[in-house]
Amino acid sequence: MRTKRIQGLKFGLLSPKEIRKMSAAKVITADTYGEDGFPIELGLVNQRLGVIDPGLRCKTCGGRMGECPGHFGHIELAAPVMHIGYVKLIYKMLSATCRKCGKVLLEEEDRQHFLYEIGQQRERQADVGEVVKLIFKEAAKKDVCMHCGESFSVDAEDLSESLKNEEISNELKKRLEEQGYSLTKTAHIKRSLDDKCIFDWREVPGNDSELLRSYLIDDFGFTWVKNAEFSKTQKDKRLTFSVDKHVVEITLSAKRDKISIEFEDGRTYEQPVKKTAGKLNVHNYKWTITDEEKIYLLRRKGLELTVYCGERKRQIKYDKPTTYKEIDEDGKERRLMPTDVRERLERIPDEDLAILGMDAKSARPEWMVLTVLPVPPVTARPSITLESGQRSEDDVTHKLVDIIRINQRFMENRDAGAPQLIIEDLWELLQYHISTYFDNDIAGVPPARHRSGRPLKTMAQRLKGKEGRFRGSLSGKRVNFSARTVISPDPDIDIGEVGVPEEIAKELTITVNVTERNLKLLSETMGRGGKHPGANYVRRADGKKVKVTDINYEALSEELGVGWKVERHLVDGDIVLFNRQPSLHRLSIMAHYVRVMPGKTFRLNPSVCPPYNADYDGDEMNMHVLQTEEARAEAKILMAVQRNIISPRFGRPIIGGIHDHITGIFLLTRGVKKFEKEAVLDLLDNVDIDDLGEPAGTFISSTYEKVPYWTNKQIYSMILPDDLNLNFRGKVCEKCIEKGLTCEKENCPHEAYVLIRNGKLISGVIDEAAVGSFKGLIIDRIFRHYGEVASKEFINNTSRLAINAILRSGFSFGISDEDIPLEGKDQIREDAVHEAEKKVDALIMAYEAEELEALPGRTLEESLELLIMQSLGSARDDAGDIAERYLGIENPGVLMAKSGARGSLLNLTQMTACVGQQSVRGERISRGYQKRTLPHFKPDDRSADARGFVRASFKDGLSPTEYFFHAVGGREALVDTAVRTSQSGYFQRRLINALQDLEVKYDGTVRETRDTVVQFKYGEDGVDPSKSEGGKVVDIDKIIRAEVGVEVST
Amino acid sequence: MKKGNVSILEHESVPIHEIITNEDLNALLNKYKIRKEQLPKIKSTDPVIKEINAELGDVVEVRRSSRTAGTALSYRLVIK
Repeated sequence: MRTKRIQGLKFGLLSPKEIRKMSAAKVITADTYGEDGFPIELGLVNQRLGVIDPGLRCKTCGGRMGECPGHFGHIELAAPVMHIGYVKLIYKMLSATCRKCGKVLLEEEDRQHFLYEIGQQRERQADVGEVVKLIFKEAAKKDVCMHCGESFSVDAEDLSESLKNEEISNELKKRLEEQGYSLTKTAHIKRSLDDKCIFDWREVPGNDSELLRSYLIDDFGFTWVKNAEFSKTQKDKRLTFSVDKHVVEITLSAKRDKISIEFEDGRTYEQPVKKTAGKLNVHNYKWTITDEEKIYLLRRKGLELTVYCGERKRQIKYDKPTTYKEIDEDGKERRLMPTDVRERLERIPDEDLAILGMDAKSARPEWMVLTVLPVPPVTARPSITLESGQRSEDDVTHKLVDIIRINQRFMENRDAGAPQLIIEDLWELLQYHISTYFDNDIAGVPPARHRSGRPLKTMAQRLKGKEGRFRGSLSGKRVNFSARTVISPDPDIDIGEVGVPEEIAKELTITVNVTERNLKLLSETMGRGGKHPGANYVRRADGKKVKVTDINYEALSEELGVGWKVERHLVDGDIVLFNRQPSLHRLSIMAHYVRVMPGKTFRLNPSVCPPYNADYDGDEMNMHVLQTEEARAEAKILMAVQRNIISPRFGRPIIGGIHDHITGIFLLTRGVKKFEKEAVLDLLDNVDIDDLGEPAGTFISSTYEKVPYWTNKQIYSMILPDDLNLNFRGKVCEKCIEKGLTCEKENCPHEAYVLIRNGKLISGVIDEAAVGSFKGLIIDRIFRHYGEVASKEFINNTSRLAINAILRSGFSFGISDEDIPLEGKDQIREDAVHEAEKKVDALIMAYEAEELEALPGRTLEESLELLIMQSLGSARDDAGDIAERYLGIENPGVLMAKSGARGSLLNLTQMTACVGQQSVRGERISRGYQKRTLPHFKPDDRSADARGFVRASFKDGLSPTEYFFHAVGGREALVDTAVRTSQSGYFQRRLINALQDLEVKYDGTVRETRDTVVQFKYGEDGVDPSKSEGGKVVDIDKIIRAEVGVEVST
Repeated sequence: MKKGNVSILEHESVPIHEIITNEDLNALLNKYKIRKEQLPKIKSTDPVIKEINAELGDVVEVRRSSRTAGTALSYRLVIK
């Protein structure tokens, strides 16, 4: 499919003219339905605005419900009102334009410059927002209009000849009069500083400032103004000073070796600067000529002095949410009513809008002040009929009712000549209703509420947020051909299958085109009517859709012909998408093959739980039925479970045995076990094996007969590919090499060294490292060498064999399995806990006797805590070791932990031996009461049990204080997980939004939608992690092994 | 570079930037079948760009060490 490219989007404002033009009806009455139950003419549910009742016809287009899209109406507002969405922009526009002529307060030069900048940005297809922001800022700085009134320039070069302020004034006056500008005798010229005059420069030696001062005072005869500062701020090596208002300009020479100060009389002062100077701020100054009531402003640019006689600007103040005030020269505030604002905005000429980033054709600024309000079609705000027959209107309709009511009242009051105060109040109220109509969540405005007290959902609320139009209805929406129910396990189905309840299979359909080849089959399907492998609808050759009912199914089955379409039930072998939220990675949606089953749950092989992160404690999952051949093909090729055995996250299998699979296979392959034929067949039940091979020998069976036997390792070898060669150390490995001992390999007492030769398991026990999800070394090898199908079959076979094995021996973990003999208990108490407690007491004694030495970089207290934590930590570990010794490998808990099926030795330690130290933020619990954790202890007690050490095991039961400390530690863990999930969820969302349009192209580059390159090689190495060796590009050992033909020991 | 200061080019976390020749640029553009504007960008105000005196419209080759590939090459167009 070719995608079309959007060339541009243009946003504009609706003009009053346009609103009236698109309006189908003027709405005057605030009521909706009359007593007769029919919509009122001129009302809000006007029949000309569209139909929502079945049977009625639209008075505008004549369409029935569903045909008529609805039509806009309008309300003529009695007085203009601010549009709440544009109040900020209005404020900026008022501040940037002349109050008299409406032009943007920029000198022609700047205007041209900014126009060019905007043009450049547009050409680059870049955002003009930044430039416009700058323009607003620049224009808002101006204090007089340079466009209205006259303005002229005077050559100021020789002005600098004169010395004194007065002389300049006189000279200026003279020049002005020469230019034909008449000034009265009382007119005077004043010069003042806009801002405090500040110069900074760096690293000027301290005494230089004194030197400068003396120059200024002694040599140039300036008087020192009292509040003039001349000080050096040490903090950032900056010399900051301000001198009196006589200084005109200070510049830095090109070589940056001296600064020069130019005075009003033309004299310059130069000061050498030894070190590099920083930037100098040229101060702002302004000259004003006050002549009777008029004030002129002068600006100097180079040697030219320009006199502006235009309107002076008045500061605009914006009071949230919708009021503007103007401050005049005397500091008095005057409110600008929406009418005033609108008038001012109207005055802004079209040409000037371009530099404010607007286009006069589609958005005149005065349109931001509403005079006409569009009324959305009723189809956009449908009313619902309650069971009681009562009508309940949409929130938007409610809001429109409010607006019309106040609007009417406003008009009536004004026509009746009501006092200004009342009018203003009503105006304010109208403004409130229209503001909340657009957005009911404005800061500082109480939200409009429903009678029940619920805030109304108005325009902005419909669009905003997760359930808003964008995120809720456009980016994501509810779909057809989908089902959702609880999942439950079924180890007997294939990992690539999903068990679908018949009820669901009968509801979801696949459309099949009837051809000569499937005519008979589909006819039979039709013939079953509503019974399971049947059909729900048929579409005749002429396109007419017919529902299959109990009455017509036989006839339809007969009639069925080529060219028809049948919407048949889901059957075994159909491909569907299966998904569990949160869909955090691509493996959260995979394609499964359907197995229709009785029951009401989706059945899922436990081996596919890890990619979905699913379990069966009530999890629900979604299923989507694919509707086109293309979709089905794509799903089969890309999304099938077997395609996704290797995770793209870490390049190792994510699907593999879990829980009982590991236990079962571990029990089966451990040691040497002999099985007679019957037992072997029992174990291989459901496993895809059809040749047992030669037995390993004969033995005397339980029935005292001499029968052939097969070993456990032999049985396991049957599911391995014949030419598989592999060796690795399993989960049970004690890491002898790391401990400095030698690895005994095949003779490992723990059977940790797995050796597979030509598809025969020679030594080692199969555990999590071999067939578990996330590790699965055998699965990994099979996937790479023998492909998807083989590895899928291998996982199926492994799990079935494992289940059969565990069923034979039986496996359970009960409360008595947490028992250790009294002897062991004593040992734990004495050797582990008491020892540690003694150590802690000794540490505390040493600390109190001030004999303790601090660890490097730590305080004494910190060192003490650290040492105590250490010894208590090892206490628990020691207790665990003792417990493990007494439990022995045959203990189901130990077995599960060691084989990697479930749980850890830590869990076992806590259950059987000692729970250990509880912590908050990685430290022992120390807060609560003054100087103690609980009133059970003495103040300043630093001993183990006073600071949250739990010496009991879960089996023993915790003492009240221990229980409390455990709850404290548990709370922290709970809060942490709650915080983490929400944070990582939001982070995920942001990442997805940022990366969703990036694509790896066939040339290996990563590009975004405009085809610009983001990365020249995907991941910089161009490797697909799901095709890599655990994230690495190559596995050198593996290559050597393949070349040399022997296992290289690692 | 200001006197007495250390060149940022010598800093270990600043990857090597080099202006590439016209021939190399053409070869690059042909290889990926792209226009110059489709390359990743770098601002002319970037300290590295100032330091190696690259000009507007130049393309620089960035050679950085990569966790996955050892060293990785990237090309960036100098823009305003």
